[in-house]
Amino acid sequence: MTTTVFIPREATALALGAGTVAERLAAGAARLGQSVRIVRTGSRGAFWLEPLLEVQTPAGRVAYGPVRADDVPELLAAGVLGGAAHRLRLGPVESIAFLRNQERLTCERLGVIDPRSLADFRAHRGYLGLQAAVTLPPAGICQVVTDSGLRGRGGAAFPTGIKWRTVLETAAPQKYIVCNADEGDSGTYSDRLLMEGDPFCLIEGMTIAALAVGATRGYIYLRCEYPRARAALTDALATAYAEGLLGADLMGSGRCFDLELRLGAGAYICGEETSLLESLEGRRGQVRFKPPLPAVKGLFGAPTVVNNVITFATVPVILERGARYYCDFGTGRSRGSLPVQLAGNIAHGGLVEKAFGVTLRELLYDYGGGSRSGRPIRAVQVGGPLGAYWPASKFDTPLDYEAFAQAGGMLGHGGIVAFDDSVDMAAQARYALEFCALESCGKCTPCRIGSTRGVEVIDRLRSGERRAEQEVLLRDLCHTLTHGSLCALGGLTPYPVLSALEYFPEDFSRAAALPVARS
Amino acid sequence: MTTARDPADVLPPAEHAAVLDAVARHGRLQGPLLPVLHAIQDRLGWVPPRTVPLIASELNLSRAEVHGVISFYHYFRPTRPGRQVIYLCRAEACQAVGAVALEAHARRRLGVALHGTSADGRYTLEPVYCLGNCACGPSLLIDGQLHARVTPERFDELTGADGS
Repeated sequence: MTTTVFIPREATALALGAGTVAERLAAGAARLGQSVRIVRTGSRGAFWLEPLLEVQTPAGRVAYGPVRADDVPELLAAGVLGGAAHRLRLGPVESIAFLRNQERLTCERLGVIDPRSLADFRAHRGYLGLQAAVTLPPAGICQVVTDSGLRGRGGAAFPTGIKWRTVLETAAPQKYIVCNADEGDSGTYSDRLLMEGDPFCLIEGMTIAALAVGATRGYIYLRCEYPRARAALTDALATAYAEGLLGADLMGSGRCFDLELRLGAGAYICGEETSLLESLEGRRGQVRFKPPLPAVKGLFGAPTVVNNVITFATVPVILERGARYYCDFGTGRSRGSLPVQLAGNIAHGGLVEKAFGVTLRELLYDYGGGSRSGRPIRAVQVGGPLGAYWPASKFDTPLDYEAFAQAGGMLGHGGIVAFDDSVDMAAQARYALEFCALESCGKCTPCRIGSTRGVEVIDRLRSGERRAEQEVLLRDLCHTLTHGSLCALGGLTPYPVLSALEYFPEDFSRAAALPVARS
Repeated sequence: MTTARDPADVLPPAEHAAVLDAVARHGRLQGPLLPVLHAIQDRLGWVPPRTVPLIASELNLSRAEVHGVISFYHYFRPTRPGRQVIYLCRAEACQAVGAVALEAHARRRLGVALHGTSADGRYTLEPVYCLGNCACGPSLLIDGQLHARVTPERFDELTGADGS
């Protein structure tokens, strides 16, 4: 009898040794005369348990982890292939609390299927969303997406269905679908996990978008820092073409959609949609003035849908199960679920897909298990390098676009980076400005010059040189960045800077000779 | 009119071939410049500045446009890299678990600054802003392989750097 074992081939799991575990398991089983079929999946995203090994048993999948290569002989001897007891045995996968309590809508197949197998994808409800979409008129698809309440998951949270309808209603001989897979925010990796673990889902979502707006060409703009995602997408695109799911007459619908993978080149700003379009066209990634919106005049001047990976990947489940089903999750105007990413100094780091409404505290402690170092969590940064730094007093904020905005932060792409009490918040504020200076596209002055001046001001502030004046200057500079920048890079860099100053003022005066009264 | 020499006369054959091959494979794409530059760097490890005129003429662009793009994107390198390029993540999630100390260690061990190549040509140290390994930092990427929870000791093992 052949036993099926699942081991991820996802970048973080591989970095933690999943490749060697798979090799040792295959070799060890062969030596014992046991027949094993090893399926290489994506990761479920419970990273502190990676490499996570799952054994198919009559009662379902039994998990073991974290498995080091050196554990494999002992596991085999204990009877791991029969799901036997062992100190690394976690029980049925569904019983792991971190996973059991999630609401996986977009990321349901992650870690479950073989991302290279179209058959496996189909066996897990793959392409049912597209099947539903081909029976609808374009405006009907846009309506379902609008009714679902889905908002752009890249960070801007614009209603997806409304963006699509704008493209649909803009007459043009050529329209484009562009996937923003330039996941540059530190603390985020849900796009990567999805592309590595369920690439057909992204292709399906983009194809539905193409049908919805009448586009015949699409691009996935992937950052070059993700070589595994590149390999997974390259494979999946070739398979989809070979199986008639892309190209002319897709799924026998008489419609055509060509999809191509393009690589970025290490520029953070290319995650900004107009900069991304410039880059796709082969130029420096400088942001464009808006309006015109990309939906009206985007790639090569044509109406273009630009959405993030998770946004597209959420569309199939909406089409398959209906707008109502998706919309029933969530709270307020934040409908559905968000794949949150726990990162930084966190004990149980990983992907947590939950309906909107869950609080930061639940995510950090019930899921994340507190800090990795064991020290108190002093600050979190939510929403990437442009997100605010928050102290523990804000941890009861619910995950909700409006609640976050009201509390002076932003949800962004759902990355949560935890810092323990060894963090120097003045250094973090300085880094935010340094990063802005490094990554500024140079088009607008507040961002290009203001970021560099900001670093200098913080250095003077930290050295205690005319403190009160420097603080006024820093706030004034941030005001200029907020209101005078063309895009979110310059416009939002003040978030981490001013929040650090507001909630952690003591860190800015450590080196000061004399305490200075704060206004 | 200038009387520029044919770029083929001045380019080393490997670089000449790399450009023409990249253009043959990607030149007809819409917006071909980034795919062409990637193909050249994949093959040569860098984009030598002396290839710019040939790239420009093959794609019907100005040399300024090509140079502008190469210099805009951090990933494209105008200098020859060391035999091992080490991409070290400097972003916040890695900072929260020791990336600043790791960076200092790496610079000391390899005897280079960020973007620098060691005198013996063995190593190039490149900063990178997020490798998407944010739950298990500090992170390095070497030869397309990601490394997680990298300590200074682990760094020395991975690079074989002994600091001598």
